[in-house]
Formats: sequence, C-alpha cells, structure tokens
Amino acid sequence: MVSSIPKDSQSVSELQEFYRQMVLIRKFEEAAAKAYSVGKIGGFLHLYIGQEAVGVGSIAALTPHDYIVSTYRDHGHALARGLHPNPLMAELFGKATGISKGNGGSMHFFDKNAHFMGGHGIVGGHISLAAGIAFASKYKKEDSVTICFFGEGAANIGSFHEGLNLAAIWKLPVVFICENNHYAMGTPEYRALAVKDVSIRAHAYDMARDHIEGDEVRKVRDHVKVAVERARRGEGPTLIEVSTYRFRGHSMSDPAKYRTKEELEAYKKKDPLMRARHELELGGIKPEELDKLEIEIQTQIDEAYQFAETSPEPPLSQLHKYVYAEDK
Amino acid sequence: MAILTYREALNRAMVEEMEKDPLIYLMGEEVGHYQGAYKVSQGMLDKFGEERVIDTPISENGFAGIGVGSAMVGLRPIIEFMTWNFSLVAIDQIINSAAKMNYMSGGQFPMPIVFRGAGGAGGRLAAQHSQAFESWYAHCPGLKVVCPATPKDAYGLLKSSIRDNNPTIFIESEVLYGSKGEVPEQEYTIPLGLGEIKRKGTDITLVTWSRALSFAEEAAIILEKEGISVEIVDLRSLRPLDENLIYESVKKTNRAVVVEEGWPVAGFGAQISHLIQKNVFSYLDHPVERVTQMDVPMSYAANLERMSLPSANRVADTIREMLR
Ligand SMILES: Cc1ncc(C[n+]2csc(CCOP(=O)(O)OP(=O)(O)O)c2C)c(N)n1
Repeated sequence: MVSSIPKDSQSVSELQEFYRQMVLIRKFEEAAAKAYSVGKIGGFLHLYIGQEAVGVGSIAALTPHDYIVSTYRDHGHALARGLHPNPLMAELFGKATGISKGNGGSMHFFDKNAHFMGGHGIVGGHISLAAGIAFASKYKKEDSVTICFFGEGAANIGSFHEGLNLAAIWKLPVVFICENNHYAMGTPEYRALAVKDVSIRAHAYDMARDHIEGDEVRKVRDHVKVAVERARRGEGPTLIEVSTYRFRGHSMSDPAKYRTKEELEAYKKKDPLMRARHELELGGIKPEELDKLEIEIQTQIDEAYQFAETSPEPPLSQLHKYVYAEDK
Repeated sequence: MAILTYREALNRAMVEEMEKDPLIYLMGEEVGHYQGAYKVSQGMLDKFGEERVIDTPISENGFAGIGVGSAMVGLRPIIEFMTWNFSLVAIDQIINSAAKMNYMSGGQFPMPIVFRGAGGAGGRLAAQHSQAFESWYAHCPGLKVVCPATPKDAYGLLKSSIRDNNPTIFIESEVLYGSKGEVPEQEYTIPLGLGEIKRKGTDITLVTWSRALSFAEEAAIILEKEGISVEIVDLRSLRPLDENLIYESVKKTNRAVVVEEGWPVAGFGAQISHLIQKNVFSYLDHPVERVTQMDVPMSYAANLERMSLPSANRVADTIREMLR
C-alpha cells in the first residue's frame, strides 16, 4: 500500500473528518443489513460497503448549493452529504419520520433542502435528470454544479449517451461520476462494455475525462474538485470513472457467487477505510483515538436504529397524499 | 371573438404564459429555427430567443429527462414531442420519473412540467405514426391527461396545464391543427377536469374527447334527421375526469356510447363504461357501448385505414342498434 501521509494538521483533520464519514456509512449499512436480515427492512437493499471513499471524496468537493443525483445505491451519498442518519434509517424502516416520509425506501432518499435530488431506481434514467438540474442552473444563471453517480452498467443504456451528449452540446455544469465496481448485478464489465475504460466514452462527446482509483478518499476529492471547478467556470461537463469495489453482493438477496474469494480478498486489502486509518496513524493520530471515534459513531447508529424502530408508521391517510402536488 | 386555428390557439396560450413567467421554456425537436414540425411554435424563437425556445437533438429520453430535472429545481418546462408516437422512447422519464417524483419524495418535489405534441390516428401515416396513446398515460396516477378538441378548449386548457404544478400529458390532435373555431379575445383558462356538453339531447349520451368529438357530432346530425336526439359530453381531460357530467347526462338519456380514437382493449372507454355501470346502473336501458379504433395496428391502405378508424357511420349504426 503506497500511502500518502497527511502533511500538516489541516490535512490530518480533513482526513479525520473523511474517515468519520466513511465509518458512519459503513456502520449505518452494517446496521441496515442486520435489520434487513430480521425483516425490519423490506424491498431491495443495495449496500455501498467498499465504495465509501468515492461518495465521501466526491461530495467533499461540493458546496452546499451544489446538487447531488444518486442511484438506488444511495445511502452512502446521502450520509456523505451530511444528512442525519435518523431519518435515513427511518426511511429504510418505512416510517413517517423517514427522509421521504416512508414513501421512498432504500432506493429513493430525497432531501430538497440539502440539494440531495434523490436516489433513482431505473438504471441510467437519472443521468439525464442530472443534466436537467444542471440545465436549470445555467438557465437561472446560478453557479451550482450537479454531480451524478452511476455504475458502469448504466453506461450502456441510452439515457447515458443522450444525457452526456446534451450536457456536452449545451456545456452544462454537471460532473458524471461512474463508480465502476466492475459488476452490474452478476454481469462483469468485460461481458458488458466493448471498451473497458468507461471514461474513454467522454471522447465521443468531446468531453473532459478523468480516471482514478477509488480507495484514496482525498485523491477522489482532489480530482472531482478539478471537474467541479471546470463546470463552475462554464467550461462544461466531465466524465470521471472511479474504479472501486463492492464487498457485498449487488443487493442483500445476492450471494455474489459470480466472483472468486481471491478477488474479493484482494480488493479488501484496498479497503478505503483501512487505508485512511493507516494514513491517519502515520499522520500522528493514536489508534485509541480512532477506536474512540468508531465507538462514538456506533452509538450514533444505535440511536438511529432505535429512532427508526420506535417511530410510527405513516398515517394511512398518507396513501393518497402526494400523488399530486398540493395546491398553493 | 377571433377565429383561430387549433394550432394558433395553442401558440397564443404558450406565448402569453411565457411572456408572464420567465421560468417557462419550450424545448423539443425543431421547435425553434424550424418553427415547429407542425408550426405550433411559429414565431416563438424570435420572440423569446434560443435560451427559452430550445431545439434539441433527436433524443426523446434525454430531453424529457432534462425537463424533469429542471422542473425539480423550479423551472416550468414545456416539452414538445414531435408526435406522441416518439414519446414511447421517453416513457421511462414520463412515468418512472415525472409521475412519481412528488409521491416518492414524500411531497418534496412537485413537477410543473407539460409534455405536449401531436397525437392521434389517421392521414395514412401507417402503423408507427398513427396511434392514440391517451389511455396509456391516463393509466398512470401522478399524471394529468388533457385532450382538447376545439381551438377554444386548446387555448384554455393549455394555459391551465402550464400553470399546474403537476406533470401534464397534453395530447393535441394532429388532424385538428388546421381546424378553426371561435376563441374569445380576452384571456381565460379552463380548469383541468371540467368537461363540457357540446350538444344537448335526450335519447343517448355520447362520451368523447379530442378528434373523436367530430365523429360524434357528425353522427348526431345524421341521427337528428331520423328523429334521434343525441347529447355529446366532451371530457376534455381524462385525468382529472368530470365523472358527474357523464352521470348527469346518462341519468337523462339512459344510454351511453364512448367514442374514442384509441384501441379497445384496456382503453380509456373501458374505464368510463365501468364507471357508468357502477354509478348509474339503475338508469341504464342498455349496456354501455364503445366505438373505437379496430384492434389492429394501422394499415397504410386507404380503405383499410378508413375501416379501422371510428367514424360517424359506425357511431350512428351503434346507436340505431341500441335504440331498436
Ligand atoms: C433500466 C433498468 N434495467 C434493469 C434494472 C435492474 N438492475 C438494477 S441495478 C442493476 C445493475 C446495475 O449495475 P451498475 O450500473 O454497474 O451499478 P451498481 O449496482 O454496480 O452500482 C440492474 C440490472 C433497472 N433497475 N433498470
């Protein structure tokens, strides 16, 4: 492991904050997996475990008025945006206190105030939505940038190509972040992508591109920041491919038998959390201090679990609410 | 009153609304420089510029998505489909994104977007360009579905659709674009969900919308000569639906026929038929009948197209049979 040692106290505390967020995501999802296995969470549950550095690093490159568009694998992105774990866990439990009032579930976290523009369940469909949000920023002459996460599987659907082409011809302020975890459900990338490097596709749209490894959180942040600043200057979109890995199956119902133990073990050696912890220790943070941080986060997650469990279900009157917007 | 074509009425509605609200923009294939494939947006590029009248590449899914995303953050897009046949490429964005955004976000994201364009069957355009899709969209909660039949209705309903905070499917009749009618000079709107009795009668109720209104009206004139008095209910919007208008008419005439351009199976007429039989069953002297397009794709051959489409004669025959 080639480690970049944080040089000064500022970069140490920055990395410490990223580490906190990544541990929060991991522990949140471990708790969610537990709740799922005892039937407290229904539907699909797609975990982000292993990919934390991508969401945390990318979102750290944004300001609060920038926008984030996510997929069904949205827990990590929402937590990295700073959303409180309580309403997120409550959403997974289908409770009235959930971030989407229980109407959304795991795949559809939304928070208008945080400019968290949703988890979306149709592979690739949200890519043109993200372009649309960026279109609105340009139309209103606001300097917000939109970032859009998706997998390498989504890069094969029409909406990806249409969204990128429109964003490119109109120079929209959007950054497309392909989290390449090398599998779309059970389909490995080599069976789905004619050209393995997704970022190469940027050339087809005369778009800026970048390709990075996703295990080093500060590196992700630095690269995404370049693209965000380019977009903010009005110089158009970027396609960034971040190579990463999900340690779990596609969703909780997937035992992931299509990949080898060796492959998984090799990637686990590049666990972004382990890496950040190692770097923090090299930067002078004592292991006991990091253990303490983890315990604090575990307490926070336990509280979120408790909050979700004890929250009420939505009132039955909510069934017909929100189908149409309420009149002003 | 001015005499306007259906297309001019739609144009006037969009222009007036865009003059009032800078958040409204028009986007679609050929809406700008080409002045609209059916010339509905004639002159709008000059008036509003390229920032608000926006030509797109051929990418229905992409620009429908642009519309939905921009509506999430407060713009009020009017997305034109050259014809509704091509909306099928974008149906994912319409149904999976637009229709559900407010619901699945727990009320956080209203969706003030209008999808509009030419719909309907006829003109020897054959199987892929000659289809009425309102039943498809009316199936889906979260959408509003509007199908005007006259220039006057087209103007008032389009203005209401643009002002609505929900996704509206506004299906214009391709065949009616050149049709003329009186349109009041003064600004007005027609609320979505308000039908209209287009003709008063006592013997039978015809329930219809969009271009099929013309088949109904023609049939009514034919039957009048035979002493049969036909009442015509023009729904104007399918979602929301003016149910009471239908029921009040049926209570008076005791018979109903639904006349529509679309296919029969799982079509919107089936829904109306169900509602009538459920809610005013005791007033009925005859089962509700339907006159629809035949249950086949559209043929190019002139005689087969004619046979496939509903017509005044088919409506008249159906009614004669019911009154026998
Ligand atoms: C249009 C569409 N087709 C299929 C699916 C089912 N599906 C959900 S996730 C998925 C795999 C997507 O893989 P990828 O885009 O690489 O993202 P990842 O899950 O790896 O993060 C599939 C096939 C879907 N939701 N939408």
